[in-house]
Amino acid sequence: MTLAMLSGRGIQSALEPAGEHAERIASLWDVFLGVSAVVYVLVIAFLFLALFRRRREDSADRSRSAFLAVSISTVLTTLVLFGLLVSSIVTGRRLAQMPAHALSVTVTGRQWWWQVDYESADPSKRVTSANELTIPAGVPVRVQLQSSDVVHSFWVPNLHGKQDLIPGHENAILLEASRPGVYRGQCAEFCGYQHAKMALWVNVLDPKDYERWIAAERATSRIPATPEQRKGQEIFMSSPCPLCHNIQGTDASGRTGPDLTHIASRRSIAAATLPNNRGNLAGWILDPQHVKPGSFMPPMVLEQGELEPLLTYLESLR
Amino acid sequence: MNVMEGTPYALPGATREHEELTRTWAPASGLLRWFRQVDHLIIGRRFIITAFIWFALGGLLAGLMRLQLAVPENTVLSNDQYNQVFTVHGITMMFLFAVPIMEAMAVFIIPLMIGTRALAFPRANAYAYYMLLFGGMMVYTALFLNMAPDAGWFNYPPLSGPAFSAGKRVDIWAELVNFTEISALTVAVEIIVTIFRQRAPGMSINRMPLYVWAMLVTSFMIVFAMPAVMVASNFIGLDRLVGTHFFNAAEGGDALLWQHLFWFFGHPEVYIIFIPALGMVSSIVSVFCRRPVFGYTAMVLSLVATAFIGFGLWVHDMFATGLPQSGESFFTAASMMIAIPSGVQIFCWIATIWLGKPSFRPPFLFVVGFIAIFVIGGLSGVMVASVPLDLQLHDTFFVVAHLHYVLIGGSLFPLLGAVFYWFPKMTGRMMNERAGHVSFWLVFAGFNLTFFPMHKLGLIGMPRRIYTYLPETGWGPLNLLSTAGAGVLALGMLVYFGNALVSMRRGALAGADPWGGATLEWATASPPPAYKFLHLPVVHGREPLWEGPENAPVVTGVSTKKREVLITRTLDAEPDHLYVYPGPTVWPFLAAVTTGSMLVAGLFTPWAFAIGTAALLVFMTGWFWPTTKKKEGEAPPNEGAAAA
Repeated sequence: MTLAMLSGRGIQSALEPAGEHAERIASLWDVFLGVSAVVYVLVIAFLFLALFRRRREDSADRSRSAFLAVSISTVLTTLVLFGLLVSSIVTGRRLAQMPAHALSVTVTGRQWWWQVDYESADPSKRVTSANELTIPAGVPVRVQLQSSDVVHSFWVPNLHGKQDLIPGHENAILLEASRPGVYRGQCAEFCGYQHAKMALWVNVLDPKDYERWIAAERATSRIPATPEQRKGQEIFMSSPCPLCHNIQGTDASGRTGPDLTHIASRRSIAAATLPNNRGNLAGWILDPQHVKPGSFMPPMVLEQGELEPLLTYLESLR
Repeated sequence: MNVMEGTPYALPGATREHEELTRTWAPASGLLRWFRQVDHLIIGRRFIITAFIWFALGGLLAGLMRLQLAVPENTVLSNDQYNQVFTVHGITMMFLFAVPIMEAMAVFIIPLMIGTRALAFPRANAYAYYMLLFGGMMVYTALFLNMAPDAGWFNYPPLSGPAFSAGKRVDIWAELVNFTEISALTVAVEIIVTIFRQRAPGMSINRMPLYVWAMLVTSFMIVFAMPAVMVASNFIGLDRLVGTHFFNAAEGGDALLWQHLFWFFGHPEVYIIFIPALGMVSSIVSVFCRRPVFGYTAMVLSLVATAFIGFGLWVHDMFATGLPQSGESFFTAASMMIAIPSGVQIFCWIATIWLGKPSFRPPFLFVVGFIAIFVIGGLSGVMVASVPLDLQLHDTFFVVAHLHYVLIGGSLFPLLGAVFYWFPKMTGRMMNERAGHVSFWLVFAGFNLTFFPMHKLGLIGMPRRIYTYLPETGWGPLNLLSTAGAGVLALGMLVYFGNALVSMRRGALAGADPWGGATLEWATASPPPAYKFLHLPVVHGREPLWEGPENAPVVTGVSTKKREVLITRTLDAEPDHLYVYPGPTVWPFLAAVTTGSMLVAGLFTPWAFAIGTAALLVFMTGWFWPTTKKKEGEAPPNEGAAAA
């Protein structure tokens, strides 16, 4: 199912808008593209006429008509540019409108992953997740953007243009997806070794499904149910993992790596780099520097027979 | 045999003058001659060749990137190597090639075109050359030592700051900026002074060739734009070396400050590269259509307007940083407005072609290719000037396509045409025409194959500066096409530069004026003698060689025994006074070595600057030590002859 999603084309494209803002931008794009095409054809047509016109021997001075032609072209250029400017500013103003009521999510850029915090007036209902943004369709969502290290840029082309995450600055972008679906976003500002592998998935759910999903996310992590899972949890807790990762409801409370409370419910690992399955998870835990060289995840040295229970435990964290 | 025999401004029978001038203006000789040259033709040729060597290296790096991106999850380069390669590609093309080559061409051509014997401040010119040479050597040494800059040519903090870029990589970026900007600023000042004060009598400011106008405007842009990036690079150097916090938000600094400083330089930089090319296009269009460029005044005003507006749109590289709406609208308007003067120039060239009789020789072909490509770059520029569109297009491959359409189409094509056009003046020989045609079509086709697909790649979500991508993204086929195009482009470049290398030795002899040129550089031998003009020309129009130079008056009375240069007034180019220029000297080389050592040592310790400045003072004292040659009783310039 995940693989099917991954191979879907047009899930990271400005040309296939699936949200109000991206649609407005795409319409503006059509205008600019059309005008540009006409202008280009005209310029090249005149260039070719000038190059290959039949030259009669009469030496009549044609610089008056040339003056007229250049003047008319300049005036037309100015008018066309003014038209484009107005259409651009009109679209820009629409895009900048922020509704009074919107769902609030904070996305924090980290080298090289995204922390996603679903805000709530009630602190106990705040949810922390990573590398996946889940939002309801047809509802405006205000995404606050901040960075804890270097400049990143948040970009989900099917929904909206990009906005930078700059340390010391608070930015925000409004998303309003028009229909349920899955889209991919990617960091757009060069941010170091793994800029290329800093992506995220955006799940747009039906509002009812969203309510169910957020309720599930608010719950603490599942308590291990089988001996294998219990053994896996023990291995996790006695390894260096909890120093960086948080699992709500356990002693693991690290904050420098992605929150793992519901890791098994996510589509991908390593910031939308690998589909989230048992094999990839194993590879990532044992040799993250192979998958994502330069990443801050160190390789785990595990004893014989420790890997399988650990994977089983992580896979139980739905 | 006098090489000047038969050139327009050489009075017959001036053998004695020829011999004396040859002696007076003789280039340095002896074992150390390479380090002592100050003549603008020699330094200019070196400048051009050196800049093209950096261009070839930058092009190789581009080829590596294209190989890496040809297919998804490729492993030609590691992420760390890729980051160094794209950074060094950027700084090579922007700092070591584009600006230097445009200045280098001017260093060679401008004094000839305005009819003078030397570039102003010849020793500073040599110094500027060595700074470019040393700067490039430093970066490529660093690349081979695996310690090249890797935070992008734009070098944004905090990524480039001490917390996120350990080691010396970013410091090398900062010092390279010092090397190249010292070089660029020095040459800019020389060009401004040369153009303002050394034009041939009669070449009033409204008769200057358009190429001279373009270089004047460019040089002023350099003077105003480059200090911003030097400030930025020294701020980041201080942040890294002595722990200041200019860009550290946690200590009251601001990461956005960098972006303003950098783009206040970075955006005008594009026009600094582009405006000289416009001058080249005007020269070529005029000569190969056999008529003056249509709309001289409109062309000049467009150049000046482009320069002014060019300083008012730096924020359009920062639309995604969350600046206020009204401010962004201003920069959108400015960015779109700059299309008007560019449009006017395109229209004027088309009018010139319409009115003239175009002949399709290689330099002119490159100009036609320039129009066809640059207009696309201009139109995509209008797209990225729009805030809403830019929010989608910014930092994607669409912008990679746009900037290469503007810079390769807008600058490199005219440059290749101009090198072909002025090659006989530089070497005395013609480049091969057939190879010229072949190289044009290969470069034209290869360029479009490489860069046109990138527009689409950006729109379907491919960000810039990524070393790899997943197969599921669907970006593979277009990337493969682009890489194939890069192969064709490289082949075209090989043919072009192979042609140049072979022609340098074996090309047909050119003679003084192989193209029937209009401007004064074609009034002297090819290559010109060390003294450039036997008698300084006096001009009466914008196209002196098309206006019957046979009977034109010349300036007499300029010393043949000293390196005397006629200084004329800024606006009307009336003779003002004579000034003796210095001859060969080793001081500029020594000063450049000292400056270079200071900057390289400055990578490691701030003390380098204290000690280096003191050392530089010593060398500068040697440089400016007055020579005590006794003054000869020379007659003042014969203004009567000039006015005759």
